Amino acid sequence: MRIPEQVNRLAIVIGVLAALTLVTRFVLIPRSLVSTDLHWAAATQREAIKPVKFAGSTACQDCHEDVALKKAKSFHRALSCEGCHAPAARHADDPTAVKPPAPRDRKFCPVCHAYDPSRPTGFPQINPTAHNPLKPCVSCHNPHDPVPPKVPRECAACHGQIERSKAVSSHALVACTTCHKAPEQHRRSPRSALPSKPETRDFCATCHGQGTAAAGAPKEAPKVDVAAHGGRNLCWECHYPHLPEGRL
Amino acid sequence: MNKREFLKGAIVFFPAGGALAALARQAMGKETGSAPAKDANGKKGYDPASHFYGMGVDIDKCIGCNRCAVACKAENDVPDEPFYFRTWVERYTIARDGEVVVENISLGARETTTQDAREIIRTFFVPKLCNHCQNPPCVQVCPVNATFTTADGAVIVDAERCIGCRYCIQACPYGARYLHPTTKTADKCTFCYHRLVKGLQPACVEVCPTQARIFGDLKSRASRLVRFRRLNKIHVLKPQLNTEPKVYYANLDGEVR
Ligand code: HEC
Ligand code: HEC
Ligand code: HEC
Ligand code: HEC
Ligand code: HEC
Ligand code: HEC
Ligand code: HEC
Ligand code: HEC
Repeated sequence: MRIPEQVNRLAIVIGVLAALTLVTRFVLIPRSLVSTDLHWAAATQREAIKPVKFAGSTACQDCHEDVALKKAKSFHRALSCEGCHAPAARHADDPTAVKPPAPRDRKFCPVCHAYDPSRPTGFPQINPTAHNPLKPCVSCHNPHDPVPPKVPRECAACHGQIERSKAVSSHALVACTTCHKAPEQHRRSPRSALPSKPETRDFCATCHGQGTAAAGAPKEAPKVDVAAHGGRNLCWECHYPHLPEGRL
Repeated sequence: MNKREFLKGAIVFFPAGGALAALARQAMGKETGSAPAKDANGKKGYDPASHFYGMGVDIDKCIGCNRCAVACKAENDVPDEPFYFRTWVERYTIARDGEVVVENISLGARETTTQDAREIIRTFFVPKLCNHCQNPPCVQVCPVNATFTTADGAVIVDAERCIGCRYCIQACPYGARYLHPTTKTADKCTFCYHRLVKGLQPACVEVCPTQARIFGDLKSRASRLVRFRRLNKIHVLKPQLNTEPKVYYANLDGEVR
């Protein structure tokens, strides 16, 4: 039986279409469009070449050896430089063009050290509003070696309560003996030789007075007009000298 | 169609076909040029198949300083708005009556806790991130294969293929994905893949001040993570879902979800 001409033609057309489809699918369409393996590999590659912004813990050592060595022995040894100085890969590549910031502000250290009940017990925490509120943290604690400054302790054995409240006050670094002349005997036989106590408003003025009255005083001591401030009362009738509150 | 039209069509069609074929060949050429078999960053020696990464988190060490979330945003260009995260820290507060309050402190809620007035029996921080599951539900639901697990065990998103349908965001039981507001594609933690291939640690691990986060290679015989898993009692989040997470928690509280 002879196949009709029309059927033959139809078969050819279908054959050509089928061939075209196959060619399109397997030859014309690039494999990257259909192969998941290839597009995953390309995506992985794109991910891998993204720029790094944190240079990493070892990157700073070569140029800042002094800081790195100091920090390595300190309480802050586990901290990353860039946790405080912000990502510094660009600085490490070109130190003169890009300078990393240094967090000197009092608001910074409390992100780790402010008291928070959820923090693990034993982690050193302070109350930022009460702990030496007038000065930046770095004026007393070296950020790369943050040992608490040496507070004079010679009187702590017996006056622990006073010692502890003073240690977290503005007067932390003012030694007991600046305000009390304590005879040596007071430590052995306390009641037989009592130390002196400040007696006049002028005493406090040696640090808090204006002008020449406080010539040799630490410059961070806030100044008041002693003649007018607090009327005729003794300073310690209003300010507890071991934990002076200076702001309302 | 008469013969004349057919021939005209053929004259146009075949050269066009030839040009297409040439294009296709070129496309193939490009593919083989950037073959994936080469190590990922072009640096010699990195072989994804010989690594398998995971992370360890020690709850008892976390001080909730949020440095990890901040560093992650900087390293990975995560949008600044406080509600987009690849990693974040939660505060758990458990009151005497058993009520559990969870706050995301990375949102800035750390100063105030709603539980202040109540009697708290315990409270702690839990850092969270993508768990890089070995059996990831997000990968299963993607309709276009845009998200996948790399040979070294990171679950990543191909932003060029993602259609932003949000299925994966819904599917993730850990809430670790978000829709990037400008690219409109799903975005998530990659374990800082670009850092791994260069031998660096993820940014969050880099800046953690108390080593509450540990990163390492599960295939290595001596990695920090292997040691971490040896020395601690380990738990993972939502083990009942069989996602087989690769973020291992030490000292995890039973209330943590
Ligand atoms: C290639 C050497 C090099 C590397 C690596 C390097 N630094 Fe520096 N850095 C310098 C130099 C030089 C200066 C001083 C620039 C000046 O004062 O002109 C400097 C200054 C600084 C300063 C002080 C900026 C200022 O305002 O005074 C900081 C902070 C700092 N670097 C941090 C880092 C950190 C963090 C890293 C590690 C990621 C790092 N550096 C890596 C060379 C380097
Ligand atoms: C706890 C946060 C913290 C860490 C961690 C830290 N720094 Fe600093 N760094 C500071 C602060 C705050 C200052 C500013 C000190 C000042 O002005 O007295 C500073 C100052 C500097 C300076 C400029 C002044 C100087 O002392 O020479 C350099 C350089 C520097 N840091 C490098 C580093 C390097 C390198 C590391 C890592 C080994 C590091 N820092 C780690 C907080 C930090
Ligand atoms: C990223 C978190 C972080 C930041 C920011 C930080 N610290 Fe620390 N700090 C720590 C850790 C961790 C320790 C070690 C605690 C330990 O040994 O248990 C520590 C220890 C200390 C100590 C010693 C406490 C003790 O045990 O006697 C002091 C003081 C201190 N830091 C001061 C500072 C100051 C000042 C700043 C700001 C420049 C600062 N810290 C910023 C994490 C931080
Ligand atoms: C006027 C100096 C001074 C300033 C400013 C200061 N501190 Fe202190 N800090 C001290 C002294 C002194 C101690 C030791 C207290 C003690 O031994 O009881 C101390 C102790 C600490 C401790 C250890 C507490 C503990 O429990 O072991 C931390 C943490 C600390 N300071 C952080 C800070 C932070 C953060 C700031 C800034 C917000 C800051 N300090 C500002 C003087 C200062
Ligand atoms: C051995 C324990 C001991 C030591 C050490 C000690 N004190 Fe005393 N101190 C006492 C006793 C006890 C009193 C009497 C308290 C009373 O009478 O209520 C006292 C009283 C005082 C008074 C009050 C005097 C008065 O007139 O009310 C001052 C001021 C004082 N001590 C300062 C110091 C200073 C400063 C030091 C460190 C140099 C110091 N003490 C060391 C035990 C001690
Ligand atoms: C800034 C100066 C100043 C410093 C520093 C200081 N004191 Fe005083 N202290 C006074 C004054 C003023 C009084 C008198 C208060 C009164 O009479 O109400 C006083 C009173 C006392 C008293 C008598 C009991 C009391 O609380 O009124 C004792 C004890 C004492 N100081 C011990 C100490 C010790 C111990 C230290 C060191 C840890 C110390 N003081 C540091 C100024 C100071
Ligand atoms: C009648 C109570 C009273 C007396 C007495 C008094 N003060 Fe004050 N003082 C205050 C009050 C209230 C403030 C806070 C408000 C202000 O700044 O005026 C203050 C603030 C201060 C401040 C902090 C100022 C600042 O800028 O932060 C210093 C320093 C100070 N007083 C020192 C003294 C000295 C020194 C004496 C004794 C000569 C004294 N005061 C006597 C009530 C008193
Ligand atoms: C040796 C110098 C010295 C003497 C003496 C002294 N002070 Fe101060 N006082 C300081 C310094 C320094 C500060 C600020 C410390 C700081 O930076 O926070 C200060 C801070 C204060 C403040 C402000 C506290 C605050 O938190 O705002 C008051 C109030 C104060 N002193 C009261 C007194 C009184 C009252 C006396 C007398 C009994 C006195 N001082 C004696 C050095 C001194």
